[in-house]
Amino acid sequence: MEVQYSGDVMTLNMGPQHPSTHGVLRLELKTDGEIVADAKPHIGYLHRCFEKHCENVDYPGVVPFTDRLDYCAAMNQELGYVLAVEKLMGIKINDRVRYLRVIMAELGRIASHLIAAGTYGNDIGTFTPFWWCFRDRETILDFFEETCGARLLYNYNWIGGLMHDVKPDFGKRVIEFIDYFEPQVDNLNKILSDNYIFIKRTANVGILKPEVAVSYGVTGPNLRGSGVAFDVRKDEPYLGYEEFDFDIAVGKGDYGPVGSCWDRYMVRIREVKECCKIIRQAVAKLPPGDVRETVPKRVKPPKGDVYMRTEAPRGELGYYIVSDGSPKPYRLKVKSPCFTAMSAFREVSRGVMIADLIAILGSFDIVLGEIDR
Amino acid sequence: MESVDQLLQLIPYYDLLPEIIRAMMPAFVGCVIILAGLLLTILLLVWFERKVSAHIQDRLGPMEVGGWHGWAQTLADGLKLLLKEDIVLDTTDRTLFKMAPFIVFIGAFAAFVVLPFGASSIISDLNIGILYILALGSLAVVGIIMAGWASNNKYSLYGGMRAAAQIISYEIPAAIAIMTVIIPVGSLSMVEIVNAQQGGIQNWFIFRYPPLIFLAFVIYFIASLAEVNRTPFDIPEAESELVAGYHTEYTGIRFAIFFIAEYANMFMVAAVITTLFLGGWTSVGPTDSQVIPGPIVFYIKAVVLILAQMWIRWSLPRLRVDQLMYLSWKVLLPFSFALVLGVGWLAVYA
Amino acid sequence: MVEYFRDIWLGTITILKSMWVAFKHLFTRSVTMQYPRVKSTAEWTMPERARMKLFNKIEDCIGCSQCARACPTECITVKAEKRGKEEPEVFTSNGTAMKMRTYIYDIDMTLCCYCGLCTFSCPTECLVMTGDYEYSVYDKNDHIFHFAKDKPLTPKAIEELAKANA
Repeated sequence: MEVQYSGDVMTLNMGPQHPSTHGVLRLELKTDGEIVADAKPHIGYLHRCFEKHCENVDYPGVVPFTDRLDYCAAMNQELGYVLAVEKLMGIKINDRVRYLRVIMAELGRIASHLIAAGTYGNDIGTFTPFWWCFRDRETILDFFEETCGARLLYNYNWIGGLMHDVKPDFGKRVIEFIDYFEPQVDNLNKILSDNYIFIKRTANVGILKPEVAVSYGVTGPNLRGSGVAFDVRKDEPYLGYEEFDFDIAVGKGDYGPVGSCWDRYMVRIREVKECCKIIRQAVAKLPPGDVRETVPKRVKPPKGDVYMRTEAPRGELGYYIVSDGSPKPYRLKVKSPCFTAMSAFREVSRGVMIADLIAILGSFDIVLGEIDR
Repeated sequence: MESVDQLLQLIPYYDLLPEIIRAMMPAFVGCVIILAGLLLTILLLVWFERKVSAHIQDRLGPMEVGGWHGWAQTLADGLKLLLKEDIVLDTTDRTLFKMAPFIVFIGAFAAFVVLPFGASSIISDLNIGILYILALGSLAVVGIIMAGWASNNKYSLYGGMRAAAQIISYEIPAAIAIMTVIIPVGSLSMVEIVNAQQGGIQNWFIFRYPPLIFLAFVIYFIASLAEVNRTPFDIPEAESELVAGYHTEYTGIRFAIFFIAEYANMFMVAAVITTLFLGGWTSVGPTDSQVIPGPIVFYIKAVVLILAQMWIRWSLPRLRVDQLMYLSWKVLLPFSFALVLGVGWLAVYA
Repeated sequence: MVEYFRDIWLGTITILKSMWVAFKHLFTRSVTMQYPRVKSTAEWTMPERARMKLFNKIEDCIGCSQCARACPTECITVKAEKRGKEEPEVFTSNGTAMKMRTYIYDIDMTLCCYCGLCTFSCPTECLVMTGDYEYSVYDKNDHIFHFAKDKPLTPKAIEELAKANA
């Protein structure tokens, strides 16, 4: 459908250096006064040749690099990769590794959604929830630091096992944290999610219809915010997710049409509560064992290729690995969830006001490291 | 003002000065005192804002500069701004560019001459006091548009126009809310307004004709937040989301003047609210036996209101421009009309 | 019309709730740790497994260069020559015989990605990641840490060392 523009269409640049673009993203806007006619994203400012680089490093050495793809949720990035290699090599991990991986992945998901919520509040203009989210995230990072030694980029999930076992009272302290944390989510809802000004700014903008989302291939909270109940953990369970009892958080259009920015944001907050449920169940079932039992001495997968999908906090993360039998991967390709979200962003941002553009961009929760690789 | 007169008489050869100079001297000295006090207050307020925001956010705020909880942080920041390079671009309209910060500052500062700090501590008891203050708010708009225009930057102009629209739209509900207070008093003079609230806390206007004047207080408070460009109405400052605000092209001390003008405005608006609604310099008990001096009570009330302004800033998000306009024209204005009608009816028939 | 008043009512209530939640935080303790005056508190100290600066106890290093091979960013340079049969035998602290003499052992911390893969590959566990994170320098070359102490004996090795030190 051709849109008739009245008057001059002005080209504006929302440049790579910008406090609100969550990274180095350039948006080329064509605006007609206040209304945006087109918002073309230009990516590539953070391209670090990840996929080519991985062809020169051996399989265990790729894990630190997968951390750096989506640095806000590094545990989940590593998990996807090691699951892919284990699938290719046919390694069976023991239960302790399995449950610990689930706990770490869900803690990483909470940490990532806290960043998303906090920075979204920043974009909308309220600076307080950001600090509260980060204060809670610090405890999670402390858990990671005492287990593997690093706060943000862990190298914890190894092919066939884990780097270190957790401290003896880890489970108890994690449950204590979750008990402390769940009321904090209600606090966050009071100051941000249910705040009338926030709802007015986000509940009627950026409507992503379910059919449009599915046709673009959007996954994760962005898709679930549009009402489509699709989660890789339920659709193609890995790591034994089928034995955990949790619901898929779906946007229901509480305050506006389904698929608005508010819905996408709220799906993340509801998911945090579901993560807490999963963590409780996993800690209760954690068996004793050795986490490095099944780590192979030399990683030399057989010839072949594998595609493994996992549910990263930002969507469906896919790793496609082609192996030619040598200790280094022949080809590694990452299917990044934020990349598809950026494509849908262009569609959604037609005809909105410039002030709403920031709200929409923040609701898609992109991390440029993953888009550009 | 009598004490200032007495002080001036002590200067040797004071009587030899021409009549006109001697007539203006008390006011001039008063203004210097108020300017000095205001600058000190702003120092305190900026530090206070940073501490309040930090504690709401579970942080500590300034702790280093000056030793105890970083009280000298504002001084250090001001000194830094003074030492920065003063950039005035060739493409700007130089006269307007240089004049704009001062006009905004004058709009904030000139209102202090009619504020009654104490029973006799007022520089000039204009009989149109409150109207004068409202008019000065409009003067600030001229300064902002000048700043936006003279920067020769389309985004600054855009931001300046938005700020001007915001301030002008919120002046109307503010003025009408003030009318609810003027009706019982019968005079626009600030001293008369405070005198009508003497006698104790039950006489403060905020508790008269309940809840009408209380609602007028709320409406005026919200409108004054918009006048001062504070969150949730800080579109002019947060324009840096996409386009720049009206004070982008200003560096160093010129920017500092805008900053000082904002905090002076904050204090001025808080002072106006205490005078109109919270009894001004009168204390909680009966006035003739007031223990704490008037200016101190006034100051404390103003600071409490400023604390409320800061609290609102750090808990609420920003409104979008069209929602801001909706709030002013479609919510605040009808309610303030209704309140004026209500208070007027009650004042005449009850 | 009803919506108009409902909006105003909802707006007021939610805004007051947000303000109340924020107000309560004025009286909670801050979580800031005032680094650099305070580096550890009763609640938090640096964990033992923290992965910061690398340190190699060169007396235990057998020069196998497994660490250099494991490193994904190639930040470790190891050059070792075989010890001659006539030299006295040297042992590490856990009893392994040292067959090689390591004359170049450089770690470039500007390249290191702090993954720790080198520490796991070391057979004598002489390479560890310490908890030292305050080592900013003004010159990038000061971040290349030289651990080797032995001087080489073969002429080729001596030439290499001289070239490296130039």
